[in-house]
Amino acid sequence: MQAFAALLERLVLTPSRNAKLQLICDYLRHTSDPSRGWALAAITGDLDIPSVKPAAIRELVVSRVDPILFNLSYKYVGDLAETISLLWPPRPGANRAPDLAEVIETLMESTKAQGVKLVEGWLDALDSAGRWALLKFVTGGLRVGVSARLARQAAADFGKVDVAEIEELWHGMAPPYLGLFAWLEGSAPKPVSSALALFRSPMLAHPLLSKAERLDAHDLNPSLISPADFAAEWKWDGVRVQLVSDKSVRRLYTRNGDDISKAFPDLLEAADFDAALDGELLVRTPEGGVASFNELQQRLNRKTVSPKQMIDRPAMLRAYDILQEGSEDLRPCSFHDRRRRLERFVVSLDTNRIDLSPLVPFSGAMELEKLRRSPPTRDIEGVMLKRWDAPYLAGRPAGLWYKWKRDAFLIDAVLMYAQRGHGKRSRFYSDFTFGVWRSTPEGDELAPVGKAYFGFTDRELVMLDKYVRDHTIERFGPVRSVTANKHQGLVLEVAFEGLQRSPRHKSGLAMRFPRIHRIRWDKPARDADRMEALESLLAV
Amino acid sequence: MHFIRAKHEIGAPASEEFGEWPARAHICSMIRPEDLLRPTPKGLYCPPGDFYIDPVRSGVDRAVVSHGHSDHARPGHGAVLATPETLEAMSVRYGEAFAGSRQLAPYGAITCIGDVDVRLVPAGHVMGSAQVEVKWKGLTMVCTGDYKRRADPTCRPFEVIPCNIFISEATFALPVFRHPDSPGEVAKLLASIRAFPDRAHLLGAYAFGKAQRVIREIRDAGYSETIYIHGAMKALCDMYERLGVDLGPLEPATLEKKQRSESQKFAGKIIICPPSASSTTWAQLFPDPVIAFASGWMNIRQRAKAGGIELPLVLSDHADWDELTNTVREVNPEELWVTHGRDDALARWAELEGRRARPLHLVGHEDETGE
Repeated sequence: MQAFAALLERLVLTPSRNAKLQLICDYLRHTSDPSRGWALAAITGDLDIPSVKPAAIRELVVSRVDPILFNLSYKYVGDLAETISLLWPPRPGANRAPDLAEVIETLMESTKAQGVKLVEGWLDALDSAGRWALLKFVTGGLRVGVSARLARQAAADFGKVDVAEIEELWHGMAPPYLGLFAWLEGSAPKPVSSALALFRSPMLAHPLLSKAERLDAHDLNPSLISPADFAAEWKWDGVRVQLVSDKSVRRLYTRNGDDISKAFPDLLEAADFDAALDGELLVRTPEGGVASFNELQQRLNRKTVSPKQMIDRPAMLRAYDILQEGSEDLRPCSFHDRRRRLERFVVSLDTNRIDLSPLVPFSGAMELEKLRRSPPTRDIEGVMLKRWDAPYLAGRPAGLWYKWKRDAFLIDAVLMYAQRGHGKRSRFYSDFTFGVWRSTPEGDELAPVGKAYFGFTDRELVMLDKYVRDHTIERFGPVRSVTANKHQGLVLEVAFEGLQRSPRHKSGLAMRFPRIHRIRWDKPARDADRMEALESLLAV
Repeated sequence: MHFIRAKHEIGAPASEEFGEWPARAHICSMIRPEDLLRPTPKGLYCPPGDFYIDPVRSGVDRAVVSHGHSDHARPGHGAVLATPETLEAMSVRYGEAFAGSRQLAPYGAITCIGDVDVRLVPAGHVMGSAQVEVKWKGLTMVCTGDYKRRADPTCRPFEVIPCNIFISEATFALPVFRHPDSPGEVAKLLASIRAFPDRAHLLGAYAFGKAQRVIREIRDAGYSETIYIHGAMKALCDMYERLGVDLGPLEPATLEKKQRSESQKFAGKIIICPPSASSTTWAQLFPDPVIAFASGWMNIRQRAKAGGIELPLVLSDHADWDELTNTVREVNPEELWVTHGRDDALARWAELEGRRARPLHLVGHEDETGE
């Protein structure tokens, strides 16, 4: 329990992704079964134990501590689990401290009512770090800033395997994952999963041109695109998913292998077949068109979904590929053959929630370039190129699939606020809020329209950081406001993928994927763009 | 005021205690403790001796200074009485002319100021730190300044003095503050260096006292490599060495060309700097630094997180909750006065224990910078 508590503490305070991976990996290496498996499950959120209500724990503590002193302490600390773990007065003569496996295995076999009693005994036996870890997972949710995906990546690092292999196995395994660890340590063969509706690691595409528009090994020279080698299809602006229906079990996975079935029961209901489809998850408007990405986001990240949401924003799948049909694994087949199977399959379905992403006919590179520059509708992000002869391979294999996105929108905005970054950048001002000019009765003023924290090089970051420090007018905690008026101010050329109305933002606009494209050291602040320029983009 | 009279009213146990203090029967009718020490906006003032203890503003005529931290020891007073170590720390920090005149008061020596006997007794907080005992007409009051009870290799341990009025600090007076043992905290730092050998470990520590104690504790844990120190630490580390505390090999944590390429030599090394330095451009020069902080406040994770601290070390120079409450029980004064910090919680504890307590709401001793 002590090692697990120390791990959680370090994870909570560590901002860097790599350092987190390293910490989890070290823990898995130095901890034996079954504790490490339980720990992994606790982090990925796959632990199913009866939860204890915070109110019950508060009751426990005030039976032992003066309520006034408790309240003064709680007010000061601000976090219930932490307050209790620090001030818990252990009764002398407690048993030895339990280990993680013992705690979890005992809890799994007990009822909620027994849970509180058990927790009380353990609080006596553990030290303050151990109490904190215990309270975190019995009150539900560790919240240590580690996603399930990151935890699986750490397990993959530990076993020196590709995370895709773990993701494919994941939903067929249960904690404490003895078979998985035996394989990762090399003492047993890879486990064979007998579970149904498993996730299949998706095939991903390379950008057609790398960022600096120069060709590297993974790039394809656009002039070499020929319809004989490549199929083209639209890149839809939704969420890439995998819809799997296996006998009676149906699941919807994100491309990271996270199971999001619970948020989309309407789509699952339509999956009345025995197959695995790769496609784009979209939601429709009541009128039948495709709703914006924003609307889709309203339905993502939810544990449950209301009937009203399902009526207002019904979910659908636009199918790209078919990976399995019946008992036949189609992934080794060429795209050409899979596409024929997919077309036949989708046509045979009796639902309007699954349709086919159409192929885009083209004669050559020039025509395709025009299409990706100005796609026919707003819900298209560009085009995808897939080699006719390519099998479906997990990961991002070179030379087979390409994405060719439409150009980003650009505006010139003025830097208004800067905030300290996270992780490696925590000592730099690296999150930049920028604004454009807007007319008011008192004359022009800057209205903040977005925030960007990448797009610049390390060198540019150092320069931006210095600029912020040298031009600070006010500080609010980690945020500084910088000089920004018609006479003085720094112009940033901001690139973004789309613009939507949003009541949640002060400007009434939400930018999709904004990043600093260029720093316009040369451009006077008064010549930056105006709000009207953004409004006109909304109308498109 | 009424407090000693009240003791009479309590009855038998109290009068038995009075047996050891024959003068008190006399005091109770004549003297009020406020006649000897009273809180004022400039700090605790002693009218019969005409001096302040740890005045919170510069420029009083006479000051008795408990220890060298800047919220207790300010420059610019007329005359300062303190331990030799405290006086040396003040001259290192403020220059030789930090006061009009200075008077050395080694631990245990009694100095008469007017009618008042003043004695400085070890407080265990930092080198030279003292409790101030004042005696006048049979009334004894002890002001702890800042103190702690656990072992510190860089200073003399706290001594319990019986007294009528015990004036205690309360920086960490909440039951959530239970500081762990120091070796375990130092072990966390050394474990992190093993886990992240490519990253510099930037350890924030208050320049006077904490920095030197941390270095000494790291040495005691068996670490003998060079420890790098920020420029602000140098003079005080030199002072500790002069006064007999061996800090092992130290080198300045400076980069001559201010270039990152040069900074690789700090990978896997310990760099001690003032807490505020870890968020400056200076800190950016070190390779992917782990930001650590040695302080009693690090007991609260939320606080560490909010401060961007990746590796909190709970190392405090103040008494934690158990030390505070146990000390009050040991000293067993007739009345407890509580100065800076969480006086509300300590007063509540005293109430539950059936002790008389009075929060002084003294302002000016910043409860955070000193730690």
